[in-house]
Amino acid sequence: MSPQADSEQRKLLVEVHNLKVYFPIHSGVFKRKTGDVKAVDNVSLDIGYGETLGLVGESGCGKTTAGRAILRLTHITDGTVKFRGQDVSSASLAEVREMRPSMQMIFQDPQESLNPRMTVASIIAEPLREHMDLNRAQIFDRVHELMDAVGLNRDFSNRYPHEFSGGQRQRIGIARALALNPELIVCDEPIAALDVSIQAQVVNLLDDLKESRNLSYLFISHDLGMIRHIADRVAVMYLGQIVELASRDDLYERPQHPYTEALLSAVPEADPVVERSRQRIILTGDVPSPANPPVGCNFCNRCPKSFKRCFTEEPALKQVASDRFVACHLHDTQV
Amino acid sequence: MAMNPPHSESPVLSVKDLCTVFSTRDGDIHAVNSVSFDLYAGEILGVVGESGSGKSVTMMSLLGLVPSPPANINGASVQFEGQDLLRATDRQLRQVRGGRIGFIFQDPMTSLNPVFTVGFQLSESLKRHLGMTRKEARSRSIELLELVGIPDAGRRISDFPHQFSGGMRQRVMIAMSLACDPSVLIADEPTTALDVTIQAQILELIRDLRHKLGMAIIWITHDLGVVAGIATRVLVMYAGQIVEHGRAEKLFANPSHPYTKALISTVPAVRGHRAKRLNSIEGQAPTLYAPPGFCPFSSRCANVFDRCRQEVPGRMQVSSGHDAACFLLEEQGHVATS
Repeated sequence: MSPQADSEQRKLLVEVHNLKVYFPIHSGVFKRKTGDVKAVDNVSLDIGYGETLGLVGESGCGKTTAGRAILRLTHITDGTVKFRGQDVSSASLAEVREMRPSMQMIFQDPQESLNPRMTVASIIAEPLREHMDLNRAQIFDRVHELMDAVGLNRDFSNRYPHEFSGGQRQRIGIARALALNPELIVCDEPIAALDVSIQAQVVNLLDDLKESRNLSYLFISHDLGMIRHIADRVAVMYLGQIVELASRDDLYERPQHPYTEALLSAVPEADPVVERSRQRIILTGDVPSPANPPVGCNFCNRCPKSFKRCFTEEPALKQVASDRFVACHLHDTQV
Repeated sequence: MAMNPPHSESPVLSVKDLCTVFSTRDGDIHAVNSVSFDLYAGEILGVVGESGSGKSVTMMSLLGLVPSPPANINGASVQFEGQDLLRATDRQLRQVRGGRIGFIFQDPMTSLNPVFTVGFQLSESLKRHLGMTRKEARSRSIELLELVGIPDAGRRISDFPHQFSGGMRQRVMIAMSLACDPSVLIADEPTTALDVTIQAQILELIRDLRHKLGMAIIWITHDLGVVAGIATRVLVMYAGQIVEHGRAEKLFANPSHPYTKALISTVPAVRGHRAKRLNSIEGQAPTLYAPPGFCPFSSRCANVFDRCRQEVPGRMQVSSGHDAACFLLEEQGHVATS
């Protein structure tokens, strides 16, 4: 069964089915293709209207690639991505361009995703010029309106990105993403480059905008605390695959996949008394290369609960309860 | 408890009124403003603060690692093993660095030399500081790699840094900093570049090593969770000043500076209560073009009053071994630390 099981109740904005993104490896004198880096391997997920799906995982697990593939910002090897019921994965580039205004992205590093030679006003106005037929005065008004919405001072519209702090620069990136009234925003580690006190400001802004504009987010992050704060549902990725997908409270309170358990256990808590007595699961070894994943379950060589079957057979993502999916042989018989 | 530093003992490292000023084209930046602290044997001192709060510059200043000019380092003294590091010659400092004081940097990829094997880089400090022969240094290097948990150390010693994963590279860095059996280890955001599961491995290693080797560790980080898990004492820095200091349990149980309180409450927890809305600290940290004549946090503080904008608060004692630099404490009748 796929994660689309509950589609009767929830109206789905994004449906991803068996998404694969492979990058070829060329080697030897003739640069023949000798293998694939399976960055995203058989990922299925969905996002409902007005919902935030958190996508967590460690670096290199393919979460960013998955996010980019959903927006068709990278090629798709196999599988389908549907946005508002329309197929994004097989659409022509002209058709994708038509859809782009409703699906936007916020990038990790605002320093590198803003053109240093453009003023704030022209950065925010660029999508408006590209996709809408507005005159100068209308664009001007819209830019000011957007700057108000993200908490930037209107007087700064003629300044350049370097004149702003990290948090303010991220606000510029958010204003640009909002310019075309999107329905979905893929937030790729939007707060990773910011200081803790600034992170809270930006996350609260994203929360408010979601309320007031009825946005849906795919929130990609490695920060489990922040994901718990912002997401309604959470998908955990490991080595290109989703190992667990569940509603936020289920996942954090009763993690079922051994990797999710270990990941949550690895996050230290800001309380020395708790930290001193807390039982930790310390994983051994490192994440294997996605070019050469282990046979059987991807997690088998680090899993504290692995048994014989894990080393031979790859577990599929199975539904174990309503809106709860786990890819682990331990949960195979449970329904 | 073994973790309790016996303060009757004299400190290993004692820093008094350290100030660092950078001269830039835009004017002088006062990055560190009269920072004083003591470090005792066997403890882990956590230094927390956001970027630009001066936590790294403080540690680098006392080891003479900030190029001068543009930096101008002043201070009363930095006492370490009977030596004043602020007045030491370059030659004396070179003996201390990597010898009696080890240093671990944030990013192991940029602090290891990519063109030499790990074994060569490890032996280098052993030969330089302890005068070992090549053979001795090699066998000691293998021991060190085993100590930090690198499997198959005898073979890995001839590998280059790029052949190690991020977590393993950080283990190599730790081995290198331990090479000369230092009495003080300064770790500057050693787990920030690592994934959480790898961070958990490194933290476990450090807890283990501290008990085995009994050195004092200064752990610089912006992550309150990491500090809570590892530190025995904590310094909270803001705008180049120590705003709060205390035993870890006391400081986290009763944060007394408004900045510490706010910082602890902005971090969303993975376990327990989930807040509907995050507490945020509005505004941003000031750029220090002049030595502050007021409380540096006053522009963002929720409890600010007139005096905060006119004077710099001194460190007030909250309870024994716990102090904070805030006028509110003085209002409540707390006294200044000696």
